[in-house]
Amino acid sequence: MVAPRKNRDQPWLMRTYSGHSSARASNALYRTNLAKGQTGLSVAFDLPTQTGYDADSPLARGEVGKVGVPISSIEDMDQLFDQIPLDQMNTSMTINATAAWLLSLYIGLAQRRGIDPKKLSGTTQNDIIKEYLSRGTYIYPPGPSMRLIADTINYTVKNVPKWNPTNVCSYHLQEAGATPVQELAYALCTAMAVLDRVKASGEVPPEEFPQVVERISFFVNAGIRFIEECCKLRAFGEMWDELTLTRYQVTDPKLRRFRYGVQVNSLGLTEAQPENNVQRIVLEMLAVALSKRARARAIQLPAWNEAMGLPRPWDQQWALRMQQVMAFETDLLEYGDILDGSPVIAAKVSELIAGARREIENVEAQGGIIAAIESGYIKRELVGSHMSRLRAIESGELKIIGVNCFQETAESPLTTGSDGAIMKSDPAAERQQIERLQEHRRQRNDADVRAALQGLGDAAKSGDNIMPSSIRCALAGVTTGEWGDALRAVFGEFRPPTGVDIAIDSREVLGRKDQVTEIRDRVARTGSALGRPLKILVGKPGLDGHSNGAEQVAVKARDVGFEVVYDGIRLTPQQIAQAAQEEGVHVVGLSILSGSHMELVGSVLQELRARDLAALPVVAGGIIPPADAERLLALGVRAIYTPKDFNLNAIMGDIVDVVRENNGLERLGLLS
Amino acid sequence: MTNLGLPDPEQLAARILRGERAAVASGLNLLDNRLPAARSRAVRLLACLSGERWLTAGHLIGVTGPPGAGKSSLVSAMIREWRLAGTTVGVLAVDPSSRPELGGGALLGDRIRIKTPAQDEGLFIRSLANRNQLGGVAGEVWPMSWLMLACFDIVVIETVGVGQTEIDIAEIGDTVCYVAQPASGDTIQYLKSGIIEIPDIFAVNKADLGAAARKTASEIGRSAPRQDRREGWDYPVCLLSATMNTGISEFHAHFDRHRRFLVAAGLLARQRSQHQSAWVLRLLKEEFGSFGLELVGGRAAIEKRLGEYRSSQFEEYERMREHILSRLLSVNQPTLSP
Repeated sequence: MVAPRKNRDQPWLMRTYSGHSSARASNALYRTNLAKGQTGLSVAFDLPTQTGYDADSPLARGEVGKVGVPISSIEDMDQLFDQIPLDQMNTSMTINATAAWLLSLYIGLAQRRGIDPKKLSGTTQNDIIKEYLSRGTYIYPPGPSMRLIADTINYTVKNVPKWNPTNVCSYHLQEAGATPVQELAYALCTAMAVLDRVKASGEVPPEEFPQVVERISFFVNAGIRFIEECCKLRAFGEMWDELTLTRYQVTDPKLRRFRYGVQVNSLGLTEAQPENNVQRIVLEMLAVALSKRARARAIQLPAWNEAMGLPRPWDQQWALRMQQVMAFETDLLEYGDILDGSPVIAAKVSELIAGARREIENVEAQGGIIAAIESGYIKRELVGSHMSRLRAIESGELKIIGVNCFQETAESPLTTGSDGAIMKSDPAAERQQIERLQEHRRQRNDADVRAALQGLGDAAKSGDNIMPSSIRCALAGVTTGEWGDALRAVFGEFRPPTGVDIAIDSREVLGRKDQVTEIRDRVARTGSALGRPLKILVGKPGLDGHSNGAEQVAVKARDVGFEVVYDGIRLTPQQIAQAAQEEGVHVVGLSILSGSHMELVGSVLQELRARDLAALPVVAGGIIPPADAERLLALGVRAIYTPKDFNLNAIMGDIVDVVRENNGLERLGLLS
Repeated sequence: MTNLGLPDPEQLAARILRGERAAVASGLNLLDNRLPAARSRAVRLLACLSGERWLTAGHLIGVTGPPGAGKSSLVSAMIREWRLAGTTVGVLAVDPSSRPELGGGALLGDRIRIKTPAQDEGLFIRSLANRNQLGGVAGEVWPMSWLMLACFDIVVIETVGVGQTEIDIAEIGDTVCYVAQPASGDTIQYLKSGIIEIPDIFAVNKADLGAAARKTASEIGRSAPRQDRREGWDYPVCLLSATMNTGISEFHAHFDRHRRFLVAAGLLARQRSQHQSAWVLRLLKEEFGSFGLELVGGRAAIEKRLGEYRSSQFEEYERMREHILSRLLSVNQPTLSP
């Protein structure tokens, strides 16, 4: 055996995106993960924390501790980092609308522990722009959101210099359907918008501006087409280098480096034959590890069973081991850039750059990324790309092993365990967190809290940097909901454009033509039999903002002839039942990706019964494990659709049958 | 909601008049239902609900304008004002359907834009597709708005209705408001097309755009008074911003002022009566064609008859309908049984 070379490159930071139930439970998980060789932390927050609500807010019901850890105050932050030395840790926080707040809690905690904030290192995702396009955990309108980003940058560059205050995200653009060219273009446009805003704030003297540019980092996605993806990252590097030089006159090449962290593609992970996700994840990691010049600074890998539900500690360990094998067993880190000089790679990179330049010009001509988001242009482009992808899967043109080809499989021993191969979050977590929060409110000094909130509101109004007053709030024991509300009172809340003002070319999205004709006919015939066109309500209860799935269903339903009431995101079960009643729909479709389906769907059914609508059929879609699906069906839900139901035509056919059955008409069965 | 369980119109009417939301919803479903059994019940429901009150109570407001002018956010801002004053509001929001060859479906997204933060029992929103009917509104909107008028203080009909088919918009309410988009070709087209005779109140939204908005407002202001179709009404043009919440309360005050003007001029009841006659004629013609209309004396005679029954035209409609049916049945073998 050949011994590894001594002068290997340093490996990237290895993380696993995790957090659940409570600060205490997440802390235990983090310390276990660190003991297993993880070199940084990546904190997942629950949706109430991400959208600025306290655990006891009505909107938070069923969401506390679900998709991440609940952080209501500095006491939770303290518990989350119990026995973890903040000055030695590199902590990445996936937090956006409330990023300034969570960063303030982190800095406040460091101060309380006597640690100089200058020693803190880590990242706040803090790219609120993409929240309007994907993910959906925005709170405030774009103007104030840009200001919050600029404030955190201005503050950290001076006071927490090792912090990455914003991670411009192309990750979520890809999840929303972006092609590599779109990813490059929109991420770079976002970075320009952020830098322009900071520059315009005038808080940083021009000679220090290159330091600001240096602190801008990116959060990138890598899909299964790993050669193209690798070229995309090389293209990112070249374009960023050029852009920072020409647009921002950064002369030091070190400050122009394209620094990025990565989570590989979760969109392409399948629920069918989920073990195949392991090789998908490894291949996708190659895209961000292979080329030394374009290698990721930090990598977090999803777990093989992410399309099925929350991963267990063992699943996360498996993901971490993939990184460790790549970094420590292979000889990858012993070489320089192995792709330099390849004409094939160079040609592909040039092609991507040329495409991205055209799209950047296009966006700039529309007045920049914010204007292009507000006009709906970017959303339309992304939904268009995503629908093309779905169509290609439906037609079999895009092959997904185990999904639209090679479906035959032996029974997997991985998924037959009594736990269904996923983790259940602690059902008592919500109640405990509420009790903990209420106890915290009793313990703190109310006068300090009021004064700190007053200061925050004043800063928001006056335009002063929001960070110093937020840190004072953190130290005074202000809660996440109070911080969110104080700024809501000044900034207002973002009201999304309809979201489905999506004028997609129907020919692009429809899939198999004969099937579409058949469904349209079924929809029309059923409508005639019932006396009026079929009407469906598509809504998302709870705080989960991933609206793309719901929007695709809404657009598809429109295209096959339904009248579709699309009611958007962040709805209480009460609002959904009220809408169902007022709109007189034939069926309600709920989309829930946060894992809160049991509580939320149950509450919607209860609210419908309270309005004499017990007979109105409800169908639900989302990441719903089989055991939960059975329980939901027993509760009265008529159909459950999960990621393995990728064929939207089939879903539409089934929904028509649900309506027919509910009205005493015979089912028409599978599409021919 | 099964096709078998159609509600009893008399009971339903009583519940609607008591303001029961569930009854309002099922009444609207019934008015939307094209099955013959539902049609006759729908007319009975309207007959039960009608009466003198129907010609005088409440305020029916039509809001129209090109897509993207910000109608929904403006309606949302107005609802906030009305609700603060304790006024109940019903909304019928009409969105376009896709073409029949593309499936004829529709995405109804106004709820999101109109949505008020808290659950509010004094507000009721029904979204409708225009189902490819000209004029931007579906025929069902008329009876639905009358039904809502039976239990809400204000009924707003929001529709994309610009272009050639101004008639429908004109018949849509007591007060018609046009929302203009600053510096847009649509508004210029609108000014040129002569439909400017229809609205009673003009709003130029997005006043935060500054000069462009002021220019549009002055263009409208120059054109509107020349058309002077009603003595004593000033056709106000308001500059406002629904998103910045400026100019809303001044704008809002014009609606009540316009209603008072209509009452004083004796126009409110007359307009409503005319709108209902037009709809009844439309129903008869849809079901029986021109031939059917001739069987009860032709269009002019019908209008005259309806005019005599101003507040209970639907009962008169039923009588005419039965008359036509019996005539048809005596002529042909029964193929038209309801």
